[in-house]
Amino acid sequence: MSFPLLTATAALPAIGAIVTAAVPAAQRTAAKWLALFFSLGTLVLAGIVFVRFEPGGDRYQLTESHAWIADFGVRYELGVDGIGVALLALTALLIPFVILAGWHDADPLETKSSRWRPTQGFFALILMVEAMVILSFEATDVFLFYILFEAMLIPMYFLIGGFGDRAHAGTDENAAAQRSYAAVKFLLYNLAGGLIMLAAVIGLYVVAGSFSLSEIAEARANGSLEMASSTERWLFLGFFFAFAVKAPLWPLHTWLPNAMGEATTPVAVLITAVVDKVGTFAMLRFCLQLFPEASKWATPVILVLALISIIYGALLAVGQRDIKRLIAYASISHFGFIVLGIFAMTSQGQSGATLYMVNHGLSTAALMLVAGFLITRRGSRLIADYGGVQKVAPVLAGTFLIGGLATLSLPGLAPFVSEFLVLVGAFSAYPVVGVIATLGIVLAALYVLVLYQRTMTGPVGEKIGGMPDLRVRELAVALPLIAVLIFLGVFPKPLTEVVNPAVQHTMQDVQKKDPQPEVEAAK
Amino acid sequence: MSATAVHSLWTRAGEVTTAAPGDKFTAPTIEYAQLAPVLIVVGVAVLGILVEAFVPRRARYTTQVFLTVVALAAAFAAVVGLAAGGYAGEKAQIAAMGAVAVDGPTLFLQGTILLVSMVSVFTFAERRLDPAAHGNRVDSFAAQAGAVPGSDSEKAAVKAGFTTTEVFPLVLFSVAGMLVFPAANDLLTLFIALEVFSLPLYLLCAVARRKRLMSQEAAVKYFLLGAFSSAFLLFGIALLYGYAGTVSYAGIANVVDGTVQEIDPALASTMGNDALLLIGAAMILMGLLFKVGAVPFHMWTPDVYQGAPTPVTGFMAAATKVAAFGALLRLLYVVLPGLTWDLRPVMWGVAIVTMLGGAIVAITQTDIKRLLAYSSIAHAGFILAGVIAASPEGVSSVLFYLGVYSFVTVGAFAVVTLVRDAGGEATHLSKWAGLGRRSPLTAAVFAVFLLSFAGIPLTSGFSGKFAVFKAAADGGAGGLVVVGVISSAIAAFFYLRVIVLMFFSEPKADGPTVAVPSPLTMTTIAVGVAVTLVLGLAPQYFLDLASQAGVFVR
Repeated sequence: MSFPLLTATAALPAIGAIVTAAVPAAQRTAAKWLALFFSLGTLVLAGIVFVRFEPGGDRYQLTESHAWIADFGVRYELGVDGIGVALLALTALLIPFVILAGWHDADPLETKSSRWRPTQGFFALILMVEAMVILSFEATDVFLFYILFEAMLIPMYFLIGGFGDRAHAGTDENAAAQRSYAAVKFLLYNLAGGLIMLAAVIGLYVVAGSFSLSEIAEARANGSLEMASSTERWLFLGFFFAFAVKAPLWPLHTWLPNAMGEATTPVAVLITAVVDKVGTFAMLRFCLQLFPEASKWATPVILVLALISIIYGALLAVGQRDIKRLIAYASISHFGFIVLGIFAMTSQGQSGATLYMVNHGLSTAALMLVAGFLITRRGSRLIADYGGVQKVAPVLAGTFLIGGLATLSLPGLAPFVSEFLVLVGAFSAYPVVGVIATLGIVLAALYVLVLYQRTMTGPVGEKIGGMPDLRVRELAVALPLIAVLIFLGVFPKPLTEVVNPAVQHTMQDVQKKDPQPEVEAAK
Repeated sequence: MSATAVHSLWTRAGEVTTAAPGDKFTAPTIEYAQLAPVLIVVGVAVLGILVEAFVPRRARYTTQVFLTVVALAAAFAAVVGLAAGGYAGEKAQIAAMGAVAVDGPTLFLQGTILLVSMVSVFTFAERRLDPAAHGNRVDSFAAQAGAVPGSDSEKAAVKAGFTTTEVFPLVLFSVAGMLVFPAANDLLTLFIALEVFSLPLYLLCAVARRKRLMSQEAAVKYFLLGAFSSAFLLFGIALLYGYAGTVSYAGIANVVDGTVQEIDPALASTMGNDALLLIGAAMILMGLLFKVGAVPFHMWTPDVYQGAPTPVTGFMAAATKVAAFGALLRLLYVVLPGLTWDLRPVMWGVAIVTMLGGAIVAITQTDIKRLLAYSSIAHAGFILAGVIAASPEGVSSVLFYLGVYSFVTVGAFAVVTLVRDAGGEATHLSKWAGLGRRSPLTAAVFAVFLLSFAGIPLTSGFSGKFAVFKAAADGGAGGLVVVGVISSAIAAFFYLRVIVLMFFSEPKADGPTVAVPSPLTMTTIAVGVAVTLVLGLAPQYFLDLASQAGVFVR
C-alpha cells in the first residue's frame, strides 16, 4: 500500500490545530509560528499532490479507500480529479497568507485571565478549517463529503463570532452583538441548507444503495440504476440548495455581507476565498455527476439566478459605504460568474469556472488582506473616512490597486483568463445570457475604481497623515499573492492543463457537447 | 422475587386451568439466570433499605454508594454474560412463564439503562459542589425529606448533618422497574414495571436540597399526571383483555392476526371486537407516549425537569426514555404489528407535532433545564420517526439513538450541576453569559453536548439522527424525514443560542462560578464526552451491536 498522500494533506493541518491549541497561554508567539509552519508543511504536501497528479491519467487519482461505517454504507474514500487538485492547491496556498495576515488579530486585549487563550484558539480553528476544506475537496464518498461540509461550519462559526474586527465603528458592546448576529446568521443559513441536503443524502442512499460517487456514477452510466426523473429532481434540489447557500447564490446570499463585514479580514478571506469554494466545487462534482438530467432540467432557472447574482451583487457593491461589505458584494457577483460557467454546460464555461474559483480566491485574498491592513491602520471600515492614502503609503496603495484590478479582471492578471472563458462558454451556449453577464464586468470596473479613487486619491484625509506604509510581514502577504496573480495571468497553462481533462469528464457525465461555432461549421 | 413474576403466576395459572382442568396448580418455573440482571438490582435495593435501618448514619453514604455501583456493575456483567451466551440471538426466549422476554432488544436496552444509571449515580453521590453545611459535606438532596421547607426541623436536620441516603435504594428500585419495562411480555408485567420505576422517581423528584418547594411541586405534578397516564394504560389493558381474552403479547398478537379462531365462551360478547382493540391500543399508547414525553402528552416534562434535583433530572431524562421507548417498540412490533396501518396516521401525527412542538417551544426558554426538557421532547419526536419505520432497521436505529442520546443527556445535566452561584445551581440562561471566558473547558464540554444534541456531524448525535432518518426513509416515511430535518434546523437555533451566550457574550460581574467537582462527576462528564466523540467518529461497532439486537422474540 502506498503512502496515503491525500489523507496526510488533510491530517497535517488537523494535527497542527491540535498542537497549536495545546500551546500554553503565555507562549502566544510560539503558537503563531507553529501554525505557520504547519500550514507551510501542508503547502508542501499539496505541492507534491499537484506534481504527482497526471493530467492525462485516470479521472480520480491518488485514491484511498477504507471501510468506515458499514451500516450506513459509508466508506472513507478519497481521490482527486483536476478540479479538486486545483482547489486543494489554492487552499494550501492561501492559508499561510491568512495566518500571516492575521498575526496580531487575535492577541488578547488584556491579559487578565491566564486560562483564556484566544490566540491559540484562533490559529487552531483556521488550521481546522483548512483540514476540513482540503478533505472535502478530496472526498469521493457523498456521506464523507456531507460530514465535512457540515462540520466545517462549527470552527467557522467560532472564527466569525469569537474574533471580531477591532476596527468596528461604534461601541464595543454593539460590535459584539453584531458579530454574534453575523455568526448565528452564517450558521443558521448554512445549517439549514445542510440539513435539507441531509434529507437528499438519505434519499440518495435509499434510491442508490451506496454513497460512493464512482459506484453511483457508474451505475447511472450503464443504466443499472434507474432514477425516476421526479426523484432525481428532488434530490438535485436538495443538494443544490445547500451548495447555493454556501456559494452563495442570490437570493440565499444575505449571510455573506454580514459574516464578511463582522469577521476579521483574514477570516473574511477564509470564508469567501476558501470555504465558499466548497459550494461551487460541489455543484460541479456532485450535482452534475449524480444528477445530470436534473441539472440540465434546472439550468434555465439557475442561469437566471446566476445573472441576478452578477448584476445585483455588482450594483450593491457600487452602493456600499463599507469597504469589507463592498468586497463581499463583489464576491457575490463573482460567484454568479462561477455558477454561470458551471451551468452553461460548455467546456470553456466549466474550465473557466474552475479557474475562476482559483483566481477569485487569489484576487479576493490580495484585495481583502490589503484592505484589512488599511482598516487596521485607520480603525474604520467606512470608505468616507479615507482619502489620499497613496500620498502617505504608496506601497499599500499600489498593492491595493493591483488587487482591485485583478478583481475587475484586467487582462494580464489571472482572473481575466477565467472570466473570459466563462463569458465565451456562456455566449456560445446562451448568447443573451453572455451579453447580460458582460454588464457585470462594467460594473466591476465601476466599484473597484471608485473605491480606489475615494480611498487612495484626493486630499489626505483626517487621521490618514502619518499612516505607516506596509511592514515586512504585510509585504510578505501582499507581494507573493500579486506575483502569483501576474504569473497565472500570463501563463495559465499549468492550471488549465490540470483542469481541462476533469472538465471533459464532467461534460461527458451530462452528455453535452460544445456547440460548434457557426463560422467553422460553415467551412 | 420481583413483583412482576408474581403477577405472571396468576395470569398463567388461569390459562393452565382452562387447558387442563384436572391440575389444581402448576409450580412456576423461573429462569433465574436469564432474570439475573433484574434480580441483582432488586436484591441490592432491598439490601439498601436494610442498610438504612441498621448501618450507623456515618457509614451509610459510603456503604450505599458502594452497594449501588457494585449492583449496577454486576447486573451489567450479567447482561453482557447473557448476550455473550447467545440470548441476544438464537437463544432468545420468553422467560418467567411468559412474563418476560429475554432477547436482543431487551439485553441491549438493559445494558444501556445499567450503564447510564451507573454514570448518573456518580452525580447522585457528588458531595463537593455545595458548600459544606456545618462542616458536613452535602449532596444535591434534602437533609430530611420529611422536614417542612424553611422550618426549624429542617434547620435541625441540616445542622445534624443528615443526608438522604435513601436515594440510592430508590434509584435501584427504579432501575429494576426500567429493566423489566422493555422486557415485559404481557400487559400486566408492563403495568407493574411502569409503577415500579415511576414511584421511586416521583419521590426522587421531591427531595432537592435547594429550591425545595419547586422540587415538591414538580413531584406532585409528576405524580398526578403520571397516575393519570397509568389509569389510561390500565384501562387500555382491560379493553385489550376484553378483546383478546389474554394479556400476553403473543396471545393478543394471535387474535389481532386472526390466527386464533376459537372464542373464549366467557368473553364471547367482546372477543374480536375491533372497537375494543383500537380504543385499548390507543390508551396503552397514550400511557407509553406520556412516559417518553411525546406531544401532546409532554406537559409534565418541563416542570419536572426544572424542579427535580439535577442529578435526578439527568437520570430520569436518560434512563426513563430508554425504558419507555423499549416498551413502546415491543408493543408495536410484537403485539400490534397487525395494526401498523391503522396506527400509522396517529403515530405520524404524534411524531410530527412532537418534533416541531419541542423545537419551537424550546426557542423561547430562558432556563437551561427547561430548555433541555423541550429539547428532549424534540428528540422523542426524532426517535418516534425511527419507531414508525416498522422494520428491523428501524428497531436497531432506535436502539442506537437511545444509547447515544442517554449518554449525552446525562453528561449535559452533569455539567448543569457545576455552574453555581450563591443560590445553588445557576440555571437561568442569562447567568451563563461569558462562561466560555471564565471556564473554557466546562463551556467547551457543554458545547460538545449541545452540538451533539443539534446533530452536527462528527458527534454521536449525528450518527443517531442519521440512522433514524435513514430507517424512516427506507420505511417509506420520507415525509417524516423532511419534517425532522426542518425541526433539526429550528432546534439548532436554540442550541446555538446557548453557545453564543457562553462564548460570544461578555461575562457578567456577578456571574456564577464553576465548581470543581470530585472525580465522580468528572467521570460522568468524561464518559459523556467520550461516548459523544467515539460514536460520532466510529459508530460501526455499536451499530453492529444494535442491528444484531434488533429482533424481537415472540
